[in-house]
Amino acid sequence: MTSSSTNVILDSVDALAACISDGAKLALFKDCGVPMALGRALVRRGARNLHLVTVPTGGMLPDLLIGAGCVSTVETAGVTLGEFGLAPRFVDAVKRGAVTIRDATCPAIYAGLQAAEKGIPFMPLRGLIGSDVLASRDDFKVIDNPFGDDDPIVCLPAIRPDCAIFHAPMADCAGNVYIARQAEMKILAHAARETFVTVERVVDFNLLEDATLAPATLNGFYVNGIAVAPQGAAPLNLPGHYDYDTTALRAYAEAAATTDGFAAWLADNVLVRAGAAA
Amino acid sequence: MADHTHEELLIATIAGMLEPARHIAVGVLSPIPGSAALLARARSGDTKKVSIIGCLEEPYRTDGGVDLFDCAAQGRIDAFFLSGGQIDGQANINLTGIGDYPRQDVRWSGAFGSAYLYFLVPRVILFREDHSRRVFVPRVDFISAPGTSASNVYRPGGPHALVTGLCVFLFDRTRGRFRLASVHPGHSVEEVRDETGFDFDCPAQVPATTPPDAATLALVRERIAPVIAGPYPAFAHRVWPATAA
Repeated sequence: MTSSSTNVILDSVDALAACISDGAKLALFKDCGVPMALGRALVRRGARNLHLVTVPTGGMLPDLLIGAGCVSTVETAGVTLGEFGLAPRFVDAVKRGAVTIRDATCPAIYAGLQAAEKGIPFMPLRGLIGSDVLASRDDFKVIDNPFGDDDPIVCLPAIRPDCAIFHAPMADCAGNVYIARQAEMKILAHAARETFVTVERVVDFNLLEDATLAPATLNGFYVNGIAVAPQGAAPLNLPGHYDYDTTALRAYAEAAATTDGFAAWLADNVLVRAGAAA
Repeated sequence: MADHTHEELLIATIAGMLEPARHIAVGVLSPIPGSAALLARARSGDTKKVSIIGCLEEPYRTDGGVDLFDCAAQGRIDAFFLSGGQIDGQANINLTGIGDYPRQDVRWSGAFGSAYLYFLVPRVILFREDHSRRVFVPRVDFISAPGTSASNVYRPGGPHALVTGLCVFLFDRTRGRFRLASVHPGHSVEEVRDETGFDFDCPAQVPATTPPDAATLALVRERIAPVIAGPYPAFAHRVWPATAA
């Protein structure tokens, strides 16, 4: 798909969710644009065996996907509901062995994506040596700095997601997406084979023609599908548009503390809305 | 009797450790370290930079995750804070869980940036208010980030101190051990020993942690409380109901 394509704008969030295959390695950005509506659509379509890569950490979205049985592997620097406590479905699934956990550290996730973005097989990173994070990862290697003298350094394999998904304030008809301050979304899109985005609205001018907006715009060349989803990050926030819905987040944290509570929450908040755009 | 709260004592104590730092970064869920960083900044005549991860307010906003980690690697972050579900006497921290990995009996969030920033930020202050043998263990179950490294490992950073609800320990990187530096007013060395699961060095005379003076308290209440109420409204409201309401 190219930037001149006009059919990049899909009819619904559910249509976008249908583009993400079972078994996909799926990269999720951590905040200020978490695609919650798309996540709910993935649950509704019954996605299975997803390999989540949280960039670099995650909260309600990975917890929701894990709880709904969509996930087989979680590659993460951490999953938490922040001030609402631990991520209960994530914790439960890891303890039961229901998902494979691949623990990392925040800059290791970024470094792996940056390797993929550059088309190189690995990226070296400082730190990690002597940690059980390194010990638990047979795909992290320690080499001797070839330019140094007795200087061990960790090499991380490239992370090439099948799909990257995020929510953004606006897109244009050419598929260009305004990402505001979330510059890391470009790294995701460059590293991933395909990128699917939900937006608050589609504008009728070309974002890249505006010199103020252009540096904060992801070129549509990288974007494979867009759907309009007003309030698409809710109950999480989208800066400049809406704040966290703390009542809803607290209700989720309390419900998800048990398997039955989570099932009831899912029935009330996700499954009943089948076909809804948001 | 004390005219300050427990939180204000901790804020002032940590702020005192930040005086040499030009750029202080603060991670998630850290209202007391965040307040301490803001206090150190205010005392410096606002010459220090403070970056609070997740804070949407200028001037504390970071340029994003990659920028923060690159900044640390460039030597441009002088102080940072870490904590742990478990912390041991070698300053190893565990943010991952308890029991046999990966199907642990207790699972927490994960290492976040600790396995990197602990190596690169020169002055890492460990902060854990809950001082108990459950937290301060002889040996962590999982080393999310190690307190010390072999001499050939690139490590300009590491632990400087451990501040708890009872006391202040300073860390000797050469010996890989904590030394009790002060005990907070109203508490005793015996209490610290009883509640600490790891061995530490203890001088014959341990001073009381210096309480904040009137000028510091005024600064905290008038200037820091309203700012920290941005990212941490519940905390600010609890500690300074009049100021931050």
